[in-house]
Amino acid sequence: MPDTTTTSAVSSAATAVLPGRAAAPGTDRDRTVRIALIVLGLSAAAAAPFVLYPVFVMKVLCFALFACAFNLLIGYAGLLSFGHAAFFGGAAYVTAHAAKVWGLDPALSILLGTGFAGLLGLVFGALAIRRQGIYFAMITLALSQMIFFLALQMPFTGGEDGIQGVPRGMLFGVIDLNRPLAMYYFVLAVFLAGFVLIWRTVHSPFGQVLKAIRENEARAVSLGYRTERYKLLAFVLSAALAGMAGGTKALVFQLASLTDVTWQMSGEVVLMTLLGGMGTLLGPVVGAAFVVMLGNYLAATSLPVPVVIGAIFVVCVLVFRRGIVGELAHRLRSRPSRDR
Amino acid sequence: MRSILLAGGAVAALVSGAAHAQMSDGVIKIGMLSDRSGIYADINGEGSAIAARLAAEEFGNAINGTPIEIIVGDHQNKADIAANLARQWIDTERVDVVADVPNSAAALAVQVITRDKKRLFLMSGPGSTDLTGKECSPYGFHWTWDNHAVASATARALVEQGRKSWYFVTADYAFGHSLEAEATGTVKQLGGTVTGGVRHPLGTSDFSSFLLQAQASGAEVVAFANAGGDTINAVKQASEFGLPQGGQTMAGLLLNVNDVHALGLEISQGLMLANSFYWDMTDETRAWSKRFEERTGRKPSMNQAGVYSSVRHYLKAVQEIGTDDADKVAARMRSLPVNDMMMKDVRIADNGRVMNHMYLLQVKTPAETQYPWDYFKVLQDIPGDRAYIDPQKSGCPLVK
Repeated sequence: MPDTTTTSAVSSAATAVLPGRAAAPGTDRDRTVRIALIVLGLSAAAAAPFVLYPVFVMKVLCFALFACAFNLLIGYAGLLSFGHAAFFGGAAYVTAHAAKVWGLDPALSILLGTGFAGLLGLVFGALAIRRQGIYFAMITLALSQMIFFLALQMPFTGGEDGIQGVPRGMLFGVIDLNRPLAMYYFVLAVFLAGFVLIWRTVHSPFGQVLKAIRENEARAVSLGYRTERYKLLAFVLSAALAGMAGGTKALVFQLASLTDVTWQMSGEVVLMTLLGGMGTLLGPVVGAAFVVMLGNYLAATSLPVPVVIGAIFVVCVLVFRRGIVGELAHRLRSRPSRDR
Repeated sequence: MRSILLAGGAVAALVSGAAHAQMSDGVIKIGMLSDRSGIYADINGEGSAIAARLAAEEFGNAINGTPIEIIVGDHQNKADIAANLARQWIDTERVDVVADVPNSAAALAVQVITRDKKRLFLMSGPGSTDLTGKECSPYGFHWTWDNHAVASATARALVEQGRKSWYFVTADYAFGHSLEAEATGTVKQLGGTVTGGVRHPLGTSDFSSFLLQAQASGAEVVAFANAGGDTINAVKQASEFGLPQGGQTMAGLLLNVNDVHALGLEISQGLMLANSFYWDMTDETRAWSKRFEERTGRKPSMNQAGVYSSVRHYLKAVQEIGTDDADKVAARMRSLPVNDMMMKDVRIADNGRVMNHMYLLQVKTPAETQYPWDYFKVLQDIPGDRAYIDPQKSGCPLVK
């Protein structure tokens, strides 16, 4: 069982950050602020490609969706999977193959990748949720290493050369995704669809049950919930969404490579989620943006990238354990209560 | 999130504000995309950037008054980071040419981008023959070596010396398979036999069972179809198991001078390998390697020498035609023979393959070595037409 003090802190942080949280009877002012924030966020996302380099923002969005999917599992169901790279990278290969070799529509290719990741999640989940804590993590890691091995060996993946030169194609046969802006808004739409799905899941009765399981599984069982079913469904959902992110990334970069299925990728998504704030909806987005930005901008300097990211992670764990968003939310929440 | 986006926006604005376009914009910009922190950092990495600077300095860091600028990037051996950096360099920083790029996956990704965006791409480090085969590009030039050249040169030379039965110790991934396939093809073509082979996972530390099988096979040649740390471990342990002492010849299908430096002559003596550059061959190579060593503290690998050669050839073509228009420069690079300290009158084939010579080398014994980095005997000079795949048969659609 996870440490209850941290998890409750995390869940209270979640309460503060999540727009649309219906826990407290929201005043009109709260609602206005919330809507203003959402509008602001959406317009920032819509304007981003005019300010920033579009491919970079698309990469951030893909990893943000990946981290959000991962966060659904660890932040809300309390399950630490160490094998999410298998879903992310596996779907990237399936999508790349579907788009390049079978010449399918980009959206259909991504759906195929997502479906593959979901099925894989069903198999992994069915095995892994029988155990808890470190054993759960090790099972997911072991299974994902099998996928890595397959990706390395199977002829269609191209070994360590990967699948290269994947065409972005014409979305629904009309929209040419080779235009950077069209591709960007397509990726943004995929991200928002995934994000809204996660938001709905977390705020549904199903999400409440997940949180109950996270806090005290024995009690949830005693209340009559068949917890394995909830955990399995959460696992499959998380895997499928991770796959959706991976498939989209394959189209953005027009390649699928071993990087996406290595265990380091599983570690990277843990890092993104923890840095941003586990159990907050926006945390993984911030964490992903931060890590991707470091990887990108440090690449052109003489600093060794892995060392810098590692050092930042250590500082994060030592100084602000709730993550960037978690810590901010905590500060914002505790201030008014002191004033009162 | 927004503040980060804004901060990122500020950074991007600064970067694009400083950017220039092509020669007309007053700068010739070379992007050195390499592995600067991982397994290729020694044989490419910062050394490659220094090699490129040495080339630029020969032109006084400017061509017809237009300054040459060199920027570096670390692709961390990830194809997506390589693709992203190359794209960003071309789109926002107006980089004219991307160079170096070890790691075939990264190079294949950059090849696609430079082909789409019509920018030159000078490779010295990736091994995949697809780069001049089905994935070739009118803007992509493959310098220094490829899997076929290093593997088949060694195989050909040894079989011709009468070492006809071969056993392979192969790294179990596409690169290892490709090396093995190239060498096997040559061995069989020349009437040799392959008595067997064993595949080991990437990054193995214990080769004992593989080496015992190689020893028991009785083959005359034990070939290591792997690279870097794997080759170093395998050679070290083979020497401990007494394979060379038992009369078996050991051949490294991809080995660099740095690997031999790391192994020491005691262990690596007698090893056969093929490289396209060895620092101690002519007065010119010695003089250039000395300049290189003054900056880096070590002798150049063939990849680093290749980076120098490729950047120099590019700059020479730009100088001759007075523009950095990618199509014109590419055409001039193809029509101009490569001439520098590493290559003499080497032609570039239509598929982008630089048909340089390969040299069959043997590692000296500790008694034979006379000064630091005195590691190889040059046994044979293999012309490019024999070393590389015939461009007609490469599968590249550009070859007519």
